[in-house]
Amino acid sequence: MENAMTQKVVPNRLTNHWLRYVLRWETFLLLVTALVFLFNSFATPYFLDPWNLSDATFNFTEKAIIALPMAMLIICREIDLSVASIIALASVSMGLAAEAGVGPGGLVVVAVAVGIACGLFNGLVVTRFGIPSIVVTIGTMSLYRGITYVVLGDSAFTDYPDGFEFFGQGYVYWVFSFEFTLFLALALVFYGLLHHTNFGRRTYAIGSNPTAALYSGIKVNKHKLVLFVLVGALSGLASVLLTSRLGSTRPSIAFAWELSIVTMVVLGGVSILGGAGSMVGVVIAVFLMGLVTFGLGLLNVPGIVMSIIIGAMLISVISIPVVVGRLRRAREQRK
Amino acid sequence: MMSALLKHRERFLAMVILVLVLAVGAITPEFLRPTSLVGAFNDTSILIILAMGQMLVILTRCIDLSVAANLALTGMAVGMINAAFPGVPVPLLILFAMSMGACLGAVNGFFVWIVGVPAIVVTLGTMSIYRGTIFLLSDGAWVNSHQMSEAFIDLPRSVVLGLPVMSWIAIATVAVCYFATHQLRVGREFFTTGGNPTAAFYTGVSVGKVQFKAFVVSGMFSGLCGYLWVSRYAVAYVDVANGFELQVVAACVIGGISIMGGIGTVLGCALGALFLGVINNALPVIGVSPFWQMAISGAVIIIAVIANSAAERNQGRIILRRAVSKRDAQVQHQEA
Repeated sequence: MENAMTQKVVPNRLTNHWLRYVLRWETFLLLVTALVFLFNSFATPYFLDPWNLSDATFNFTEKAIIALPMAMLIICREIDLSVASIIALASVSMGLAAEAGVGPGGLVVVAVAVGIACGLFNGLVVTRFGIPSIVVTIGTMSLYRGITYVVLGDSAFTDYPDGFEFFGQGYVYWVFSFEFTLFLALALVFYGLLHHTNFGRRTYAIGSNPTAALYSGIKVNKHKLVLFVLVGALSGLASVLLTSRLGSTRPSIAFAWELSIVTMVVLGGVSILGGAGSMVGVVIAVFLMGLVTFGLGLLNVPGIVMSIIIGAMLISVISIPVVVGRLRRAREQRK
Repeated sequence: MMSALLKHRERFLAMVILVLVLAVGAITPEFLRPTSLVGAFNDTSILIILAMGQMLVILTRCIDLSVAANLALTGMAVGMINAAFPGVPVPLLILFAMSMGACLGAVNGFFVWIVGVPAIVVTLGTMSIYRGTIFLLSDGAWVNSHQMSEAFIDLPRSVVLGLPVMSWIAIATVAVCYFATHQLRVGREFFTTGGNPTAAFYTGVSVGKVQFKAFVVSGMFSGLCGYLWVSRYAVAYVDVANGFELQVVAACVIGGISIMGGIGTVLGCALGALFLGVINNALPVIGVSPFWQMAISGAVIIIAVIANSAAERNQGRIILRRAVSKRDAQVQHQEA
């Protein structure tokens, strides 16, 4: 009764502490994820097997690793649509390096270096010329993948040195694959980076209001450049994992992945307009997407139909907060 | 020199295209034969039509990445109708394709206008939804040339006044867009909306509604191209025109349509598409592997946006300078 009274006085604030936690996007996501998990375990008897679940992580871990820095980039009001092409280019570079006799460790260095170079190029064009990142990265998306086609044509690299397969196929402990463990570690690092460092606070500041951020002494362009490089570097890393897992490089590798990566980030509650979002949300969204696609796979739904579901998820997930917000505002106005 | 050329984007592009054609002609003279040139133009028709729709969308500060998926979906629908009911007259099918495309475009427009979702997100989503729907519709099967009626395949190929009908459709589209953006209130509103949405709102233009219209037109053109594509290549399958939306955006950007909205011309956009078309046609002629095509269009997009950003910056200053000098001239005139 008392709560209802105070709520009427200050309608915008929730006085109950626990309610504020319950009504968060992350909680909602967690609930949906749990439901999907339950549904999957009832739908097929094969789902609740530790090794099956471990296998399931493979099809989203590489994307998830890129989703982490991508979330920061989108919070900062920029976007990188060239990530899938960076994977392809890094993979081709690894193929060329492997032909030249570079060992597994060297290949990782090559891939990450190529990723950094690509990210640096994106970032430089965006910040130097003040061009929207969406156009620049649409351009580099076709440029980077185009280069892989020029190098490879319709052939493929399949000879990778012994030991290289560990990155994408090896296990660290029991059912925990190297990929998945690496993702969990990186998720922790990025959680710290976004929520507990100056760098993270600046990312929010720029995303909320770039002009204000600039006038309060933040080097906006430099900050964005660092984020682009970070996205590039982790795309290179993801390329190592993917190439090692597939054991081959074709020009069409990771085709159209940027769509599902952006969907993961947005599903995680990161505002596409910048300035809002959390790493926890992104990580939960990653698991949600992984579970949905794995469950659909177990139910024999073809990949292209999954893309309908992912596309619909992307649109509805962004529409729901907008519509809910509008309804809430309309209700408040009526009061 | 460079910035002076960039200010007159149309002249500059026309010159580049001419030089390009002559250069390729110098290597392989066959390229300069009228039939090859007509063929090259005809190959570019679909890109030109799609670029016209995309231009309107970009002018209103949005982007439509679903055009290629829309094209493929309507193309498949039209192809399947033709295969199942060969008796349906082709003009009716074209009308159907255009309305279906317009409806698919309206879905994009609805989310942008009514719901208020950023265009890039909506069209990224509908891109994969439309593409996936083709699979649901066709069950992954192809519609091949032998299943299509003769009239269906022949229409875009039939030659009128020396040009195939498909080329005439592209020319007509450009003409209509030129007329609309220069003479009609509806056309001017696209520029108003993108140039300054706040000012547009205060002058009584509904920004969301104009964006909705742009998406409907873009969808309608995609639908039209759906028929043209399927009829021209005489085949419909799930992956038709996969990734073509990038070429369309590239054509606009090369043609000087500012991605920030409000700036651009119909002629520039058409020339941008023609430029890409010439490159795509010239590569195999001069013996460059078609695998280069993607890298080249990517590089051209980046160079073009950098050039655009430079040109736009100059433009702002020059308008001001001109206005100032004009005012000074008037003052002097009055004093005299």
